[in-house]
Amino acid sequence: MTTAPPRTEGPYAPVPDPDGPPPRRLYRSADGRLLGGVARGLAGHLGLPVSWVRVVFVALLVAQGMGALLYAAFWFFVPLGVGGVDAHRHPAYGAYGAYGLEGAGPDGRRRRVRRPDKGQLFALIALVIGAFVLASNFELGGRANAYLWPVVLIGAGVALVWRQADNARRAQWLELGRRKGVLPFVRGAAGVLLVGIGVTAIVILQGSVRNLGSVLQAALAVVVGIALLAGPYLVRMTQDLSEERLMRIRAQERAEVAAHVHDSVLHTLTLIQRSADDPREVARLARAQERELRAWLYKPEGRGKDEDEEPDRLADAVRTAAAEVEDAHGVPIEVVVVGDCPLDEKLGAQMQAAREAMVNAAKYGGSGGAVQVFAEVEGRTVFVSVRDRGPGFDLDAVPGDRMGVRESIIGRMQRNGGTARLRSAPDGGTEVELEMERAAE
Amino acid sequence: MNATEAAQGSGEGEARRARVVLVDDHRMFRTGVQAEIGQTDVTGVEVVGEAADVDQAVTVITATRPEVVLLDVHLPGGGGVEVLRRSASLMADPERPVRFLALSVSDAAEDVIGVIRGGARGYVTKTITGTDLVDAIFRVADGDAVFSPRLAGFVLDAFASTDAPPVDEDLDRLTQREREVLRLIARGYAYKEIAKQLFISVKTVESHVSAVLRKLQLSNRHELTRWATARRLI
Repeated sequence: MTTAPPRTEGPYAPVPDPDGPPPRRLYRSADGRLLGGVARGLAGHLGLPVSWVRVVFVALLVAQGMGALLYAAFWFFVPLGVGGVDAHRHPAYGAYGAYGLEGAGPDGRRRRVRRPDKGQLFALIALVIGAFVLASNFELGGRANAYLWPVVLIGAGVALVWRQADNARRAQWLELGRRKGVLPFVRGAAGVLLVGIGVTAIVILQGSVRNLGSVLQAALAVVVGIALLAGPYLVRMTQDLSEERLMRIRAQERAEVAAHVHDSVLHTLTLIQRSADDPREVARLARAQERELRAWLYKPEGRGKDEDEEPDRLADAVRTAAAEVEDAHGVPIEVVVVGDCPLDEKLGAQMQAAREAMVNAAKYGGSGGAVQVFAEVEGRTVFVSVRDRGPGFDLDAVPGDRMGVRESIIGRMQRNGGTARLRSAPDGGTEVELEMERAAE
Repeated sequence: MNATEAAQGSGEGEARRARVVLVDDHRMFRTGVQAEIGQTDVTGVEVVGEAADVDQAVTVITATRPEVVLLDVHLPGGGGVEVLRRSASLMADPERPVRFLALSVSDAAEDVIGVIRGGARGYVTKTITGTDLVDAIFRVADGDAVFSPRLAGFVLDAFASTDAPPVDEDLDRLTQREREVLRLIARGYAYKEIAKQLFISVKTVESHVSAVLRKLQLSNRHELTRWATARRLI
């Protein structure tokens, strides 16, 4: 309802037949909607461009306000849902709620996060202008004209409140309940106020101002009476409802965990049974599964559930590197991290050196038990130690053409302004200490 | 130190013995530990009782009065912390105190710090080897503290953000030396290796560790509270 209408189809709008056998149900679109999401939902349902549907609605609006009525009817009867024009592109959206926000394709969701506000504003302005034009075009009797403005006010108020209710529902799916602002309240109040003013204006216009006081009193008395009678039930009902909702969320969470455990743990157990005579492989599988399960159980909410992300904090980077080396070489690596800080370029180099040290420890010192990795952030200094209890070696005795330790660890640290120390005793294992100053914040 | 050394080392001539109660809700795990450390003539450890939940644990511990209880952190009926709370009088007994060693698979700092503050004398992970476990049991029986690298990491983390604390909290803070010792533990060093590295005796290392443990139990009001609050643990 934003663009200027080049009338193409007139009143024969492509209104869907509600009794027909639709392959999917009609929903109003929550994504990228301007007002109620009706046009977008319809467009998605019918497979038409959104702008066409909007044009038709505007056209119908001009035709004696039919469009507005129709729109209101759709708004009222059709549930808000996921759908709309590009619904088929991310069908998993509804089920995965907040996670879907990141997993979207480049055009769909990213844009939705910011764009609607501008679009909505635009739509609202267009709507107001349209209303003005409409109002000035109405050449009715003076009396009817006087009623027009209160009706418009009431309409605007109702639209505001409904829109608010939709937002509340959407927030509920996305579990964005934490973001409690004043805005929803203000919007709701504004809607109620608009409706109130409209109704009052009509009452005044009807000339019953004298009775207004007593009418209001009576109305108030009725409202209070109903509140007193129904109040306890209402409170009870909301409590029950929210309790039930909580239970449902819990059940859903449990189902999600169960599904995950089922998939990955049982899978791993099967693999372990199948390769029971290869202790190295069994150990590798078990360690990998343990790590994944721990990440699931103990990681703080909201992070770590989707893997395959490049870590941007030191602690994550150390753990990721250790996990990968462990997987590749089948040697357990125990990681202890004290403190945390964001990764910068120098720390990235340190992480690479540390990974190299872990690989060495796993390759040459793996027989002596677990490799111990310790990382500490203290002030500006980041310290990492990698220690194995293998046979150890003499660095000076390593031939000059073996560049692993010299270049990948010591050289890399020095090039980036850090230090690396190597301590190795013939039977006391090897320890690599890496120290780096991190960049100022 | 291996098991036989531990068994013979501290007693003059006669073998060292320790009576142990195993508290864990997984029967398989109890059986495994029992098999690994319970050969009394080899390790010197005698498993005198087992329990699978809090009530059973308290009953068994009161009845058998072991030197050491191997305590799982997660237990039906309130967890390891509840066992500690209800055994407070046994721990305080000056004659034959019962000591607790937390043995956990949990990675969550609040679980571990919780049992330590409840009065456990140490914390080891379930990946520990049998010989190390026997060693730890005897150390705890002697009244020392036993830290695994992971616990040392937790403790360092807890005390890390205290660079400019008020003066009167001095008692609760870690000294430079204690921090050093903890750092070496976190890096996977054994007590003996730490002693060699810092040119002190093993006894001194042990007393540093005990001091850390005491401070950890004392400092319930400052660093730990702040730390736990920051991580929304309490």
